[in-house]
Amino acid sequence: TCEYNYVLSCISCEPRVLSLQNILSLILFLLPASALTTGIYMIFSTKPEMATQEVQPNETLTNLKAESDTLKTKLEDERAKLHDVELHQVAEKVDGLGQFIMKTRRTLKGHGNKVLCMDWCKDKRRIVSSSQDGKVIVWDAFTTNKEHAVTMPCTWVMACAYAPSGCAVACGGLDNKCSVYPLSLDKNENLAAKKKSVAMHTNYLSACSFTNSDMQILTSSGDGTCALWDVESGQLLQSFHGHAADVLCLDLAPSETGNTFVSGGCDKKANVWDMRSGQCIQSFETHESDINSVRYYPSGDAFASGSDDATCRLYDLRADREVAIYSKESIIFGASSVDFSLSGRLLFGGYNDYTINVWDVLKGTRVSILFGHENRVSTLRLSPDGTAFCSGSWDHTLRIWA
Amino acid sequence: GASFGTGMERVIVAMQDPDMGMKMRNQRLLITVIPHAMTGNDVIEWLIQKYNITEEEARHLGGLLVQYGYIYPLREPRSLLLRSDDSPYRFQTPYFWTSSRWPATELDYAIYLAKKNIRKQGELVDYEKENYSILHKRINHTWDFVVMQAREQLRASKQRRKADRIVLECQEQAYWLINKPCVNIRRALGRNRVKSSICLESFMKYSEQYLHHDPIMSGCLPSNPWISDDTSHWTINTDMLRVERWSFSFMELLNDSMGRREFMIYLEKEFSAENLCFWVACEDLRHGESSKIILKVEEVYKNFLAPGAARWVNIDSKTMERTLEGIKRPHRFIMDDAQMHIYFLMKKDSYPRYLKSELYKNMLAKAIVPQETKKSVFPFMRRQRHSSPSPAMVTQATEDDGKAKGAGPTGTSSTTNSQI
Repeated sequence: TCEYNYVLSCISCEPRVLSLQNILSLILFLLPASALTTGIYMIFSTKPEMATQEVQPNETLTNLKAESDTLKTKLEDERAKLHDVELHQVAEKVDGLGQFIMKTRRTLKGHGNKVLCMDWCKDKRRIVSSSQDGKVIVWDAFTTNKEHAVTMPCTWVMACAYAPSGCAVACGGLDNKCSVYPLSLDKNENLAAKKKSVAMHTNYLSACSFTNSDMQILTSSGDGTCALWDVESGQLLQSFHGHAADVLCLDLAPSETGNTFVSGGCDKKANVWDMRSGQCIQSFETHESDINSVRYYPSGDAFASGSDDATCRLYDLRADREVAIYSKESIIFGASSVDFSLSGRLLFGGYNDYTINVWDVLKGTRVSILFGHENRVSTLRLSPDGTAFCSGSWDHTLRIWA
Repeated sequence: GASFGTGMERVIVAMQDPDMGMKMRNQRLLITVIPHAMTGNDVIEWLIQKYNITEEEARHLGGLLVQYGYIYPLREPRSLLLRSDDSPYRFQTPYFWTSSRWPATELDYAIYLAKKNIRKQGELVDYEKENYSILHKRINHTWDFVVMQAREQLRASKQRRKADRIVLECQEQAYWLINKPCVNIRRALGRNRVKSSICLESFMKYSEQYLHHDPIMSGCLPSNPWISDDTSHWTINTDMLRVERWSFSFMELLNDSMGRREFMIYLEKEFSAENLCFWVACEDLRHGESSKIILKVEEVYKNFLAPGAARWVNIDSKTMERTLEGIKRPHRFIMDDAQMHIYFLMKKDSYPRYLKSELYKNMLAKAIVPQETKKSVFPFMRRQRHSSPSPAMVTQATEDDGKAKGAGPTGTSSTTNSQI
């Protein structure tokens, strides 16, 4: 759980007295590197047998807050010491990108309402998409044929994912659940009959993703948590607590050892988690509004985020800081979803002003702006082999760009 | 957004309603009678009745209530499961509700561990012992305070009635099982960070290395299927770029099914194939079904770790000892240490030698650099877009030994899809 809030309170029935010295020592030695102390609360008691030193009346909360602010600044100074150069400075020696042409190559029509989410199949051409009216559709995006369709018992299906084997899809939304549908080969079979309820949250499902196999699903929810589930039994394997508000997005790390993932939420924080222990191992809070989308850089050493504050940002995990902001004065609407090109040189961002902006990740400049959608872009993902990306929109369509 | 606990709290409050709530009774725990308890069966029955749900759903919901600490088991407190038998359970006092608690501090946890240690020597379990020593180092300057608090709390609790004391201990233990704070060592001001210049240089290098592999940046051969409608790019199996990529990193080689196969062939020649087999088995354990964990751990032990095993892997004695000890209580991460050891062994030793081997060099020599698709003579005529077999069908076909399938995608398709 969160080490970033420091709250000292009564835990058992016996109240406790803390001296000012104790409190200051705690702040000094327990404050971790990326901590942002949000508050210090204290409960005082005068039970004689518990007292070591009485707290002096003039040691107020204000004084202690000032003390913690000073320490916060000290920490930022320490981090800044290692920040010896900016990304765009290093990128000066890299060739600029030439003229950039990407067009809509396919338009997928069939949803009757806002498209909210999509995911690619590993075969590089099939996709699954979900919409506000409860429909989940599996398409062969190459031929634009619909292959499967399911109607969920709820509206606002905000999350969907394709299983690594290509044999199932997962989805969920306002039903607070994540369900898995095995894909039947019989076109006439009702997919809903074989539905399996896996995850159960206490608020809406915002995102879901299979891990390395069809057997486990990672979910994020409006209830402020993320969770890892065993598909076969529906058992909760691990839960992740630390966000102070709705979690809106997640992405699994392409890491060679161990398992980590990043999540972003309405608390403006992006947290990196260890899947095995459930601990939050890194946290970043530089956005000024909800984080709608997070995506790892292909090497796994960094991740990008898209936010309602109209910026996308790049965070380096080894430097433990934000290293780039992708923004323009003319872009005033929030970014809803982001993804990198295969080499990580380009960052595609879908925005609420109906456009897609293409950024040069290294130089920090915008390379291109793509028009086409007639309403908000709500979801965007690169195809598994990097030959194209797909965008989904509130205009009821999905587009393949290449 | 609403706090995750409110929904669960509503259920708990309803369960404790004096009229419509659960029937409580005294439960026996050894020789002590614990008041206001219920059985696992009672919980499930009540949930079924109240919410008009199936038994499966009631078990699931009840299980969550236990997982999040709103109900705790009196027997086997570490096993946070809702058993549908006469196992006794109790409601967690709202004081300890996960949602209403301030995030648990390290100081509180230290006091809890110290109490346990003082009360009965050797009562701390493994991870608690580890946490205790980490905390002892971290907040050493306030350790006197911690011990003093622990002693005071123990003294006060001795003055309670035994039944109350047991209840309070159960509640506290249940709370800490769920809420133990992060005690990973990250020294406050001296955290290990990497200089920006080094991190950012790596982005340059990565982008440069993968530039020609990025179809959007550099195009792809023979053509981008989405632009030309020609799927040859997806059916060519051994093109130069793919084979070249195996040399970028060990992960690239292992992630590519063909690369993995080739590497296995090489290892067989070197008589060290058991390493890769072990790694694959460990991945299968980590990402597989929960129900198969015990079986898989046994298999891995039998095949790779037992003395005289057919494919014995060479792990250092310390890791081997730890792994064998851990096998007594198998879980999906039990092989992590051993797996990592073998992974790095292959990465540092076999992988670089593979890249220099004749086997790999031949692969590169055979690899195709596809010809760029000639632009159509009639650019306004679109090529026909062919369907491809659904991945579900491909899997099923191999399972059914090629039995004729009924429904399936129509249309011709070119040679077998180069699947992962």
